Amino acid sequence: MVNHDDVRYVAGLARLKLAGEELDRYAAQLSTILNHVNKIAELELDGVEPTSHVLELTNVFREDEPQPSISQVAALANGPEVEGNAFRVPAIVRK
Amino acid sequence: MDYEPVIGLEIHVELSTRSKMFCGCRVEFGGEPNTRTCPVCLAHPGALPVMNRQAIRYLGRIALALECSIPERSIFHRKNYFYPDLPKGYQISQYDQPFAVEGGLSVSVDGEMVTVGIERVHMEEDTAKNIHAGVSGRIAGSLYSMIDFNRSGTPLVEIVTKPHIHSPQAARSFLNRLKNTLQFLDVSDCNMEEGSLRCDANVSIRPVGDRELGVKTELKNMNSFRYIEKGLSQEIRRQVGLLESGERVVQQTVHFDVVTGEISPLRSKEEAQDYRYFPEPDLVPLVASADFVAGIREEMPELPADRARRYVSQHGLPDYDAQVLTSDRELSDFYEESVSLYGDAKTVSNWVMGELLAYLNHTGETAGECRVTPTALAELLDMVKGGDISANIGKEVFSEMCDTGESAAAIVARKGLTQISDTDELEALIRQVIEENPAQVEQYRAGKVKVIGFFVGQVMKQTGGRANPRVVNRLLKERLPE
Repeated sequence: MVNHDDVRYVAGLARLKLAGEELDRYAAQLSTILNHVNKIAELELDGVEPTSHVLELTNVFREDEPQPSISQVAALANGPEVEGNAFRVPAIVRK
Repeated sequence: MDYEPVIGLEIHVELSTRSKMFCGCRVEFGGEPNTRTCPVCLAHPGALPVMNRQAIRYLGRIALALECSIPERSIFHRKNYFYPDLPKGYQISQYDQPFAVEGGLSVSVDGEMVTVGIERVHMEEDTAKNIHAGVSGRIAGSLYSMIDFNRSGTPLVEIVTKPHIHSPQAARSFLNRLKNTLQFLDVSDCNMEEGSLRCDANVSIRPVGDRELGVKTELKNMNSFRYIEKGLSQEIRRQVGLLESGERVVQQTVHFDVVTGEISPLRSKEEAQDYRYFPEPDLVPLVASADFVAGIREEMPELPADRARRYVSQHGLPDYDAQVLTSDRELSDFYEESVSLYGDAKTVSNWVMGELLAYLNHTGETAGECRVTPTALAELLDMVKGGDISANIGKEVFSEMCDTGESAAAIVARKGLTQISDTDELEALIRQVIEENPAQVEQYRAGKVKVIGFFVGQVMKQTGGRANPRVVNRLLKERLPE
């Protein structure tokens, strides 16, 4: 069972602020998901490799050939804040 | 109590591929900000990464040079954390199935060869570049930051050593050796000022004889080997001081101020970072088959140790020369090209290790930056061999070539340095020297044959060192009374 502390911790990692009723709701939903996945543990899994990828493909490469980049204007167009030729972000380390 | 430092290093190497790790944007240093980006390296929704084949080949070269084993299968993981230079909110990296593990690199420490174990070598992507606005230019106290995504997604290889290093000097030797190896591999320019090669160091201390490791601290992002050595020394002193006064070392990242030489804590690591690694679903597994590895082995450039062996066996150089010449990629290339042009390997080695190295050490230039090219050196050596100038004058000319970039022939002509082998001209000088020094002539007559050196010296002085010593010697023996 996922408790409020677990939800707060995971939310903190995702930079989400949850409170009150939200903690109850997500604790219940996350518990349901984990219980569902835990059903796999009921199976006999000794010697079964964990699945990291569902496709059978391996070694999909591209050659080391430079391709045109997008323009500076296009790159910066999506920036919430832009100054000159760069994206501007708030102070990284707060005092 | 005596303490033993225990040091482990993490080295990040930007690969010199033409394009980025997962997209086709060009890899270059600097340039106008945010001009080498695309939906992949800017993390636009729906953009998908595709692996750069050449980057994986370079990774393979590094793994083989460090004598690692390459598991058949490795996969990529997402390392999740928030930082403005990481547009996706995660870095594509490798976690529990890295490309290569369990290797080693031998280095000379205090004249003894020591093998430093390599824990792992894995592939990841570099972040964007932050420019911190504010008075100090440092992150602390900055008002805001500017982000340039040109570097975002550059192929980055991480090399992690085992904690097998026991002094700051050994750490520096290891890093020099590693850098040299990487340069011979042609996989990175290893330019530390431009950040192509970066190093973090973990350090702890323990009483000599103890097996258990002490609490470690981390020195991050050091951009010169000299500073790493200094920073480690300072941090070890700090840790010894703490333990001796009954305090304990706290696990944290520390900053070494290269100006004041002070260590200050950056952030406490008491709350372990939780990166929530999980397999990158956008990239399929990497399978390094025996054929794949054999292919990389085949295209491996010659490593410094192999070159050194060849210099001894094929060029007939002493082992010492071979070691010095292969301690630096550019120096080694300079030597090889000069030998191919001039021929006599030992003569070239003497000049490269003597005159060239002295000049490079003095100016801090690399062999590739020096104005004198292998062609220019070969021309100079031809003039010495042909008797146009003496070896001593040759050294003077070489120094002038380094300063001006002129050819040997031009300098010799301009300064009138051609060797005098003309018998008539020398005869006159010798007659004069004999006349002016009757006392020495008397000594010679009395059987003190060594005094001939004095006369040679006089003739050299008169000619500014340009007289052909062999001719002078012969003429003196003829002219001096028995």
